[in-house]
Amino acid sequence: MHIVVCVKQVPDTKIIKMNPKTNTMDRASAPAIMNPYDVYAMEEASLLKEKYGGSISVLSMGPPPAVSTLKKCVEMGADDTYLISDRRFAGADTLATSYALAEALKKIMQEKGAIDLIISGKQTIDGDTGQVGPGIARRLDIPPLTFVQKVADVDLSARKIRVHRKREDGYEVVESSLPCLISVESGINEPRYSSLPNMIKAARHNPVVWTVDDLEGIDVTQLGLKGSPTIVGKVWPPEKSGGAEMIEGSVDDQISKVVELVMARKELFQDGSEMNDGTTASTND
Amino acid sequence: MTEQQQAQTTRRARSNPAVDGPLAVYRGVWVYIEVNDGKIAPVSLELLGAGRQLADKLDIDLAGVIVGYQVQGLCEEVFAFGADVCYVADDPILERYRSETYMKVVVDLVEQYKPEILLYGATSTGKDLASAVATDLKTGLTADTTILDVEEETRLLQASRPAFGGNIMATILCKNNRPQMATVRPRVMKSLTPDRNRSGKIIEYPVQINEEDLKTRVLDIVKNVQRSVKIDEAEIIVAGGKGLKDERGFQLVHQLAETLGATVGASRDAVEAGWISHQHQVGQTGATVTPKIYFAIGISGAIQHLVGMQNSQMIIAINNDPDAPIFQAAHYGIVGDAFEIVPKLNEAFEQALQQKEVVDIG
Repeated sequence: MHIVVCVKQVPDTKIIKMNPKTNTMDRASAPAIMNPYDVYAMEEASLLKEKYGGSISVLSMGPPPAVSTLKKCVEMGADDTYLISDRRFAGADTLATSYALAEALKKIMQEKGAIDLIISGKQTIDGDTGQVGPGIARRLDIPPLTFVQKVADVDLSARKIRVHRKREDGYEVVESSLPCLISVESGINEPRYSSLPNMIKAARHNPVVWTVDDLEGIDVTQLGLKGSPTIVGKVWPPEKSGGAEMIEGSVDDQISKVVELVMARKELFQDGSEMNDGTTASTND
Repeated sequence: MTEQQQAQTTRRARSNPAVDGPLAVYRGVWVYIEVNDGKIAPVSLELLGAGRQLADKLDIDLAGVIVGYQVQGLCEEVFAFGADVCYVADDPILERYRSETYMKVVVDLVEQYKPEILLYGATSTGKDLASAVATDLKTGLTADTTILDVEEETRLLQASRPAFGGNIMATILCKNNRPQMATVRPRVMKSLTPDRNRSGKIIEYPVQINEEDLKTRVLDIVKNVQRSVKIDEAEIIVAGGKGLKDERGFQLVHQLAETLGATVGASRDAVEAGWISHQHQVGQTGATVTPKIYFAIGISGAIQHLVGMQNSQMIIAINNDPDAPIFQAAHYGIVGDAFEIVPKLNEAFEQALQQKEVVDIG
C-alpha cells in the first residue's frame, strides 16, 4: 500500500510574539516545528504500513528549512519525502495550497506509482482551517474523509477502507473506495518515539526538493498569492475589554469574596439539581 | 453627501466587479441549513439571523439551503427565522450526510442560482461540506468566522476570525471570486425571534444521483452511550489551563467542579497535554460557551481561548501572572497561586453549600 502523508512546518504559535506595530508575526521569536496535528497523521501511516505493508511518502510545501520536518517524518517511519519549495508558492491560501500539493501528488504518482491513501492532520496550528486536506481530495477527485478518529479496516483487494468519523454526538462508520484522503483527529493514536535506526536513517536522509519548474504542466496563475481568492484585509490585536475588578487582600478575604459572588447566584444551586446530573466533573471520558 | 462625494462613490462603485462587473450576476445571501435527526441545527438558525442582516444591508434576498430526506417541511421554519427563499433537495439517497452527494447538490445550486455569499456553521458537517464546495467552485472560504459584516458599496463580505493561533484578529476578503464563503462558529451569531406568519418561495432541486456511482457509504451512526459532555449547555464551568502544571494539578479543577456541580472546561494546552479529553476544550478549536459563571484557573487567556468564553455572564480568573490577558476578559480576578487558593476555595464552597442545604431542609 502506498500512503502519502501531507505535513506542514509551522511556527510554534503558542510562544510566537507579534509585532504590535505591524500586526505581523515575529517569526524569529518562535521555533519552527512539525505541525502537532500532522504528527498523528504520520503515526497513523506508520501503523497502517506495519499492518498492511507498503511504503510511506511524505509531502510538504514550504521554505527550505521545512526539510527538518521531513527528516522528523523519516524518524517516524517515512520512506521517501518530497518538499515543494519556491517563492512562487508563497502567500497561498487554502485553495492555492491544495492546488500546489495536488500537482505535486500527481508527480509523486508518476515517479513512485499509484497512491492508495493520503493522510493529513485535522488542521494546522497556524492556519487553523482544516480546509487543505479535503481540498486536496477534491482536486484529485477522490473522497475526502474528515474528522477520522479511527481506521477500522483496510481491504486492499476490494480497494476499500472503513473509518470512524467523529460527530458532535458520537461517530459514524464510513466505508470508502480507495484511493481516498483521510484527515485524522488528534488522539487517533499515540505517536511513537523515534527508534535509533530510524534516527540514523533520518540523519542521512535527503528529501527530494521540487520547484515550480519541476511540476510539469502546472498553472502558475493558480499558485501563491496570485492564485488565492482570499486576502487578509484588516488585522488588529485581540480586543481588550475593560479588564477585571481585581480582588485584593489576604487569601481568606479573596476566597470569601468569590464565595459571596457565586452564592449570590443562588438560583444556580436550587433543588440539588446541580449535583451529579451526569455532566459533572467527569474525568478523562 | 456633496455632489463631489457622490460622484466619487459612484466612480468607485463602477470600478467594482461585484457591482456592475462580471461578478454582478451573483446576488443573494445563502445559509446552508444543517439538519440533524430531523431538526435544524441551532447554528443554522443563528446564521439565518446573521444572514438576514447582511441581506438587508445589500437589499437582497436571504435563502436557506436544505439537503436531506423528508426535510421539505423544514422550509417553514427557515422562513420563520428570516429567509425569503428556501432551496430544498429531498431524496432518500440524501438521508445521511456524505461529502460527495451534499457537495454535488450545493455546487449545482450555486452554479445555477449564483449567490454572492454562502455561510455554513463551523460544525464537522459544515466544515467538511464547505471545504469540498470551495475547492470545486474555486472560490475563497474563511474558516471559523466570529464576526460577519458586509461593505454595502462593494458588496464585499468581511469575515473576521482569530488568526495565527489566535495571536491576532484578521478580516478575510474574497474580492474576485463568488460566492464568498465562510464557516461561522456556533453560538456567536444571534437567531431572530421566529415569525410564523412569514413565508417564502420554495425551489426544489431535482435529485439525480445513483448509489452505484458513489464512492462512500455511511454504514452506521453510533451515538455516545454515555451522555457526552455538553459543555456548551453548562451553567457553571470550572476551566483549567497549563498553569496547573500537570494532570495532578488539574485535579483541582475537577474537585471544584464537583463541589459546584459544574462542568469541567479546559484550554487547548491542557487538552493537548492529555490531562483531559477534547470534549472539554473551550475556545477556537473547542466549544464556544456562555455559562452564568466561568472560572478560569491557570489559564493565561490566549485569544484562541477567549473567543470561546468571553460571552460568559461572570468570569472569575485566578492566575499567578498579573499581566495575563485573561484578566482583561474577566470580570473578577485574583492574582495568586492556584495551588493555594483553589483547595481553600473548594473547602469554602463545600461549607457554603452545606449550610444552604441545612437552611433549605429547615
